[in-house]
Amino acid sequence: MTTTTTARPGPRGVPRWVGNVGWAVLAWVAALAFFTPVLWMAITAFKPESAAETWPPQFIFKPTLSEFRLAITGMGPFLTHSIIATVGSTILVLLLGIPAAYALSVYPVRKWRDGLFFFISTKMLPIVAVIGPLYVIALHTHLLDSLGLLIILYTAMNLPLAIWMIRSFMLEVPNELLEAARLDGAGRTREMGSVILPVISPGLVSTALICMIFAWNELFLALNLTVTNAATMPMFLISSVPQEGLYIAHLSAAALIASIPVIIVGWLAQRSLVRGLSMGAIK
Amino acid sequence: MTVVEDLAVPPRTEVLPRGMGRRERWLRRLPLLPALIYVVVVTQIPFVVTLWYSFQNYFWDQPGGAHFTGLSNYKTVFTNPTFRGSLVRSVVMTVVAVIVAMILGVALAVLLDRKFFGRGVARTLVITPFLVMPAAAALVWAGPMLDPNFGLLNYLLQPFGVHHVAWLSTHALGSVIVVMIWQWTPFMTLIVLAGLQGQPAETLEAARVDGAGALATFRELTLPHLRPYIELGILLGSIYLVNVFDAVRLMTNGGPGTSTTNLPFYLYQQVNNAFDVGGAAAAGVVTVILTIIVASFALRMFARVFQFEEARA
Repeated sequence: MTTTTTARPGPRGVPRWVGNVGWAVLAWVAALAFFTPVLWMAITAFKPESAAETWPPQFIFKPTLSEFRLAITGMGPFLTHSIIATVGSTILVLLLGIPAAYALSVYPVRKWRDGLFFFISTKMLPIVAVIGPLYVIALHTHLLDSLGLLIILYTAMNLPLAIWMIRSFMLEVPNELLEAARLDGAGRTREMGSVILPVISPGLVSTALICMIFAWNELFLALNLTVTNAATMPMFLISSVPQEGLYIAHLSAAALIASIPVIIVGWLAQRSLVRGLSMGAIK
Repeated sequence: MTVVEDLAVPPRTEVLPRGMGRRERWLRRLPLLPALIYVVVVTQIPFVVTLWYSFQNYFWDQPGGAHFTGLSNYKTVFTNPTFRGSLVRSVVMTVVAVIVAMILGVALAVLLDRKFFGRGVARTLVITPFLVMPAAAALVWAGPMLDPNFGLLNYLLQPFGVHHVAWLSTHALGSVIVVMIWQWTPFMTLIVLAGLQGQPAETLEAARVDGAGALATFRELTLPHLRPYIELGILLGSIYLVNVFDAVRLMTNGGPGTSTTNLPFYLYQQVNNAFDVGGAAAAGVVTVILTIIVASFALRMFARVFQFEEARA
């Protein structure tokens, strides 16, 4: 932000570019420090097990895919379950969240502020506190170990945040657009379909993305409420780690496979992610 | 526009036009109802059932089902040192992780807000820990990173006189908190970065023209501007971090002893290992009541900020 005039000397007569290089180096060191565990996971995943468990750690080795091959055996059902639970719950979140956000922003209900606080307050109640009874309820409703149960719970888990996000995007729809549509005689349904939804669609993508990340990564509910019929990728990861013997490379390969979809999507849609997390602060 | 300001911004159309008819009121309520009913049913019914079970004696592994026991489950909860310990640990883990992650997040955001070579790549690297599946992060930290015999951390710290430390045995709580901080600092960075980018350049330029130092500018102008973003980050971070389970379960399994047992892990153990549904329900009810107390303070704090913003707008 202050780099426009590079020739000007900074405080105490140090040339400004020296300071700039210093800041750049510092930023890179910090970035690499945060990335190191991820990098180490990726490196270890390509090692043969014998090279993963050595002292000192090996940085030069013959990369192999053998641990990946071992890790992905039996992954299929877990992957399918994760995709269904993630996509299913995200669609349901949007179907419920868009109208709710609309009722809290465009044509607001009288107690819109209370509504907003009610939704976010449900996020503050720890789901862990009800896990035993939740199990009993799932058992009696025959939802235990089913994808339907995960979809229902992941929707409830993500809906409050999604409503907050979508609402903030709806508030940014320019008033002139809405008024123009109203002058054209557009009813509320058409106003929603032809003005609001197209304008907030990038925001909806961000919201969906964040819901998908949380659903994909969720372990606690899956671990407690599913066994085989609905076990998801975090469950696959846990179950694929051998309990004894050499396991570091195998574990890294499985962890990389389980994480990589979200990492890649997050990298590609970085701007969208920022927009969602900052709830529309960035245009 | 920030979410904080959004809340203060009166919605588009008047909230209550005089003489708004019954029909109009229901027309407005209608889109809200599905989500409202859904959330009430899915999140509140389990709590009611939890309340009921908290007065019952119910063990998975014992025949005969549930029967009423009055307050005995609550008596157990309040006299149980493990519950109290895990409560304290939950608070410590959340507070330390959120505060450190926020401080690091502000520092990183300031670094990444400046223009430098490869900034886009550096930002991408910084946000990555947030994208890693928490279960994967926990396992990778427990194994490849922190293993006493061939972990990377011990290797990197060797020049500083660290030799084969078994982090998960000797510094278990610290290790779990470090992983929490590592995963959530990127989240804080993103939110603060959004705040920094929303800061008007003219204000900063004016401050520089007036001869204000970088530090003074940051303290007097940037930090107050960032306040709502920082509060948003702290609120959202706390909501997710107080429920941390994966790292505890997969790195230390609550141990050694109970040294890393937080509330989520304690409740998990009650149901899965002790088969004590009634006891876990009572502990859950106490947890919820405590959470409501803390959360109402948090919400009030936020409501105050919104009012403040409204007055200024």
